[in-house]
Amino acid sequence: MQHGKYRFIVGFLTVPLGLYALFVVWPFIQSIYYSFTDWTGLSPEFKMVGFDNYKRMFHDEIFWKSLQHSLLFALVLPLVTISLALFFAFMINVGGRRRAGGPVISGVRGSSFYKIVYFFPQVLSIAIVALLFAFAYNPDSGAINSLLRGIGLDSVQPLWLGDPSLALWCVMAVLVWSSVGFFVVLFSAGMASIPAELYEAALLDGANRMTTFFRLTLPLLWDTVMSGWVYMGILALGAESFAVVQIMTTGPGGPDYSTTVLVLYVYQKAFRDGQAAYATTIGVALLVVTLAFAAIVMRLGRRERLEF
Amino acid sequence: MKTTEPPVPAESGVPVAKVDTPPGNSPKRKKKEGRVLSVFSHGMLILWAFMVVLPLVWAVMTSFKSDSAIFSSPWALPDKLHFDNWARAWTDANMSDYFFNTILVVGGSLIGTLVLGSMAAYVLARFDFPGNRFIYFLFIGGMSFPIMLALVPLFYVVNNMGLLNTIHGLILVYIAYSLPFTVFFLTAFFRTLPTSVAEAAFVDGASHTRTFFQIMLPMAKPGLISVGIFNFLGQWNQYMLPTVLNTDPDKRVLTQGLVQLAASQGYKGDWSGLFAGLVMAMLPVLAAYIVFQRQVVQGLTAGALK
Repeated sequence: MQHGKYRFIVGFLTVPLGLYALFVVWPFIQSIYYSFTDWTGLSPEFKMVGFDNYKRMFHDEIFWKSLQHSLLFALVLPLVTISLALFFAFMINVGGRRRAGGPVISGVRGSSFYKIVYFFPQVLSIAIVALLFAFAYNPDSGAINSLLRGIGLDSVQPLWLGDPSLALWCVMAVLVWSSVGFFVVLFSAGMASIPAELYEAALLDGANRMTTFFRLTLPLLWDTVMSGWVYMGILALGAESFAVVQIMTTGPGGPDYSTTVLVLYVYQKAFRDGQAAYATTIGVALLVVTLAFAAIVMRLGRRERLEF
Repeated sequence: MKTTEPPVPAESGVPVAKVDTPPGNSPKRKKKEGRVLSVFSHGMLILWAFMVVLPLVWAVMTSFKSDSAIFSSPWALPDKLHFDNWARAWTDANMSDYFFNTILVVGGSLIGTLVLGSMAAYVLARFDFPGNRFIYFLFIGGMSFPIMLALVPLFYVVNNMGLLNTIHGLILVYIAYSLPFTVFFLTAFFRTLPTSVAEAAFVDGASHTRTFFQIMLPMAKPGLISVGIFNFLGQWNQYMLPTVLNTDPDKRVLTQGLVQLAASQGYKGDWSGLFAGLVMAMLPVLAAYIVFQRQVVQGLTAGALK
């Protein structure tokens, strides 16, 4: 297989690698460099300013708020989403009633129907989902408040996205809504590959469903749960939180900076305020947070691999 | 379960357990506990199904209503089906243009991603050469980096090349940002394919290039379909990249067009038209999902299982 090998390798790698280097790797390197300059993004001139941008960032209140919200996104979102998804997946796969002569464990009636429906939001663009919910949250004519009125809760008419103490939770709820289905399907596939004999043994030992879940299912699914956690966290720190916050909230990021997140702040500094260098500084902070998050989850989640 | 094996079609689409025979004379022990739990869990499952479907149904309903009905009674059924909302959205609100642009961009970048991604992945999976590991990890690293950080300089890179606000510029950027996952996934896939067929072809005098296009690519079809679906949805639904790199109103893609439309509705007040646009954008993807349900689920979950 030696004949013309290197020519072939070079021929096949040049275009993809070149494209990737030019549009992905090079900008990443540049952005770290720019974070030490006073580049505005509007003119080609700039000079080195050392750590000035970083000093400024540490005294920037909005940066700290954005950081707080981003961390909240990375911790709360995966926690809520994955817990809900584990519950649903367990019910779908193992929650069925026991029947004489049937398998020891079984899914609930219509399990494939639930999986199909739950997955709906996953195929929709997060931008479209965000728009839809921005209308649903409308205090006067939105679907949610009018539903509340419809069931007689006329006094409960929150401002939702207009209320600084609620807005962030409203935005997060949308991301939970759109991601639970994905994890239900993911965990279902994992649970399906756990051999039935293990459940049989657990049931013979008198374990109830709760015990079965925590002592058997969860440990065997642990690796999938952990990689799902990292996957969701990276999305929640990056692209997805940008779309929902930018589209749904007033400002965007408001009211009163109550929903601003790091990724949105980078965007605003660079493309609204003409402070490209400072934007890349915040971007570097976002990079550090993302990598630290992934490392911590992987470290905390490390366990001995269970073979089965 | 967790590994680099190619996804086996049919794994996750099939209902896991046998769905029901009528409850016969089951053992008395634990029967009661089972029933309470069963009712509770079933209730929760149904509740969530409703929560998923209701907003979508509400959007479809609203898209057929008159503007005044949207504000006065959000949950009432439309008095009659206002198809004119849809017509207005399609022509006046430029939905037709947005669709057209999106199809161009996604079509171009999907083909480009699959061709370039499989080429790179094949070389990285099958050939030993200095720097192989380094290039592989360079690609993989792109998956966990926040794209927004690169977007600030990228805007100027693209601008300097004269590619800002062009369809082909957007296609190139989409391809570049789709490569990390595509290369990651396909490298794993090519490693699982048997080497003997390619060797035989090579012995018979086929060149490396010919072996790749005529032997290996057809063998890799299941992997290409999975990763193709993943990229199709990701690129069709992409919002952040076009928002930054594609600000020309005539070149807008679907997601950004709708968001702009929503922002400008503040002055125009054509909410019914906007909802028609939203539903118009949702339906093709949902329909495609229902038809290709198994493949879609496979394509989207394949990545996270690794």
